[in-house]
Amino acid sequence: MVVDVGSLTVIGVALGGLLGTAARFLAVAENPLEAEIKALLPGSQCGQCGFVGCAQAAAALAKGEAGVTLCPPGGKATAEALAKKLGVSADLSDMEEKPEAYAVVREEICIGCMRCRKECSVDAIVGGPKQMHGVLADLCHGCAKCVDACPTEAIQMVEVQPTLATWHWPKPGVPATAH
Amino acid sequence: MKTFRIRGGIHPDYKKELASEQAIEALPLPERLYIPLQQHIGAMGDVVVAVGERVGKGQLLARSYGAFSAAQHAPTSGVVVEITSLPAPHPSGLPQTTVVIEPDGEEAWADLPGALADPFAAPPEAIRARVAECGIVGMGGAAFPAAVKLDLGLRYPLDTLIINGAECEPYLTCDDRIMRERADEVADGGRLMAHALGVDKVLIAIEENKPQAIERMREATASVQGRPGVAVVPVPVQYPMGSERHLVLAVTGRETPARKLTAEVGVVVNNVATARAVHQAIRHGRPLTARVVTVSGGAIRQPKNVEVPIGTRIADVVAFCGGFSSEPARLVNGGPMMGQPLPGLEVPIVKGSSGVLALTAAELHAAAPNPCIRCGNCVSICPCGLVPVEMAANIRHDKLDVAERLGVGDCMSCGSCSWVCPSHIPLVQFFNFAKGALAAEQREARKQEQIRVRAEARTARLDREAAERKAAMAARKAAAAKPNEVRA
Repeated sequence: MVVDVGSLTVIGVALGGLLGTAARFLAVAENPLEAEIKALLPGSQCGQCGFVGCAQAAAALAKGEAGVTLCPPGGKATAEALAKKLGVSADLSDMEEKPEAYAVVREEICIGCMRCRKECSVDAIVGGPKQMHGVLADLCHGCAKCVDACPTEAIQMVEVQPTLATWHWPKPGVPATAH
Repeated sequence: MKTFRIRGGIHPDYKKELASEQAIEALPLPERLYIPLQQHIGAMGDVVVAVGERVGKGQLLARSYGAFSAAQHAPTSGVVVEITSLPAPHPSGLPQTTVVIEPDGEEAWADLPGALADPFAAPPEAIRARVAECGIVGMGGAAFPAAVKLDLGLRYPLDTLIINGAECEPYLTCDDRIMRERADEVADGGRLMAHALGVDKVLIAIEENKPQAIERMREATASVQGRPGVAVVPVPVQYPMGSERHLVLAVTGRETPARKLTAEVGVVVNNVATARAVHQAIRHGRPLTARVVTVSGGAIRQPKNVEVPIGTRIADVVAFCGGFSSEPARLVNGGPMMGQPLPGLEVPIVKGSSGVLALTAAELHAAAPNPCIRCGNCVSICPCGLVPVEMAANIRHDKLDVAERLGVGDCMSCGSCSWVCPSHIPLVQFFNFAKGALAAEQREARKQEQIRVRAEARTARLDREAAERKAAMAARKAAAAKPNEVRA
């Protein structure tokens, strides 16, 4: 009886210790999938998905707690890439392609409070205290966090219009039987 | 001279007889000229005139912006009445910055730099600088800044300049007429460009369906003495012979690698009209302010070749040709194969406009697409060796990545596949869409990368600032603690 209990205890302690050491020395700091998913996300920390930043969104995606369509700035392309990476089939047909937009400060209302500047995750807003602010349209990625931060509602989102440099032919409409 | 076979291609109904026997006529000055600042590939010019300013013919309106751009000049003397946004001669009809000039009718030249004395003794840089100053761009349709092309000699070992007189597009006859009527200017312009490029050999390639042009160019080049030497090379009639890389293959037997310049195989190609513009810039100091345009098509009352001041509205040019004899089903800027639909008659002629076509419904051969019958015609005629049927099927199912792997980026949009397809599948239209969408994807990826870099830089800065504050706080605390110790 003593031998039985003793040997089992010894085996248990030895295996437990082995596992404990293995867990300590062979630990994986982060789910590798998380890092891979993070690389697919825009990395702008805009928070439009409802998570604090892209890293947290990636963690939720890796655990399967969030859908692949969570990232509005990434659009359909990111959703497709995520679905491919996670091996899930997502219905992207009703995922609306949000038109690209940029923020514009209405100069006559801006009071120079600096709140929008602090919100901007890509430093696209310029201006100083009690000085009128402005948005560098080329750098703005349209997260609209500054719109909520503005106490005087001086910031509006404006859709990016196609130019001669960005316009391209639309997809030709062809009946489904053509191929 | 021996020529080499090119792959695929088609033999469309050329319809060149509509305008080929019409000598070049100069268009009378229109009431207003509309000069867009972006008539070329590259950056938009920088306006140097103000509204209300009086300008002389050939005066600079916009200087080129950076190295990859082109200058614009006043096509006649007059007053700048407006600098505004107007629809571009582009299928989208999107607006672009345009200088509007009201001619005074005097055609008084501004102070021009004058002729370049003995250009063949001048350094090649002098010719390149003058070509840039005169705002010359490729006049075959692509409107690539000519001075940038003439710089290729600095970066590649070149041996041949081909002057492209193939004019393989149906209907168009402007290059044919220029060669017939201004052969000496074309030959001289070609030799000047060869000197700028540092090559010894100019070959003027002309499709065999232009015997008079071949004859005239041979006469004009027979008397040429010394270097660079110049010769005329008749090439077989085969669309798209006028494509840069196909012409290089046909004339020299050298194949240009995908996504590379023809300069890679030692050859540069320039259009005959560009050669003529270079002649005028070097020998007379005249900037590019007019071009020959073929106005043709079944719906044009009198098809003509017209020398048009840049910036003339297409409506004025069409009116000069007697207007429409019937309601046109489509207006095309350029040739019927690679030309683009015009958004209307109010847009101006630009440096790259080789033709204005008003086509009747019968000429369009438009039909509803039918299912693919797998005949393989598009595969056998594709001059780029692609598989149009596969690419189009993938694009239709939004698999742009697959289409890209199949080489849609190497498609030159010659339209041969659409022309040959018995089921009227809009193949080249699919490829135009795919190339545009892929370019947009690349732009988007670049922007995302920029966002990521900026967001990371901001996080790093905020962390640094927080650390600095903490350190400053600790220092203050330490400083505040010290006197206490002394007291104790």
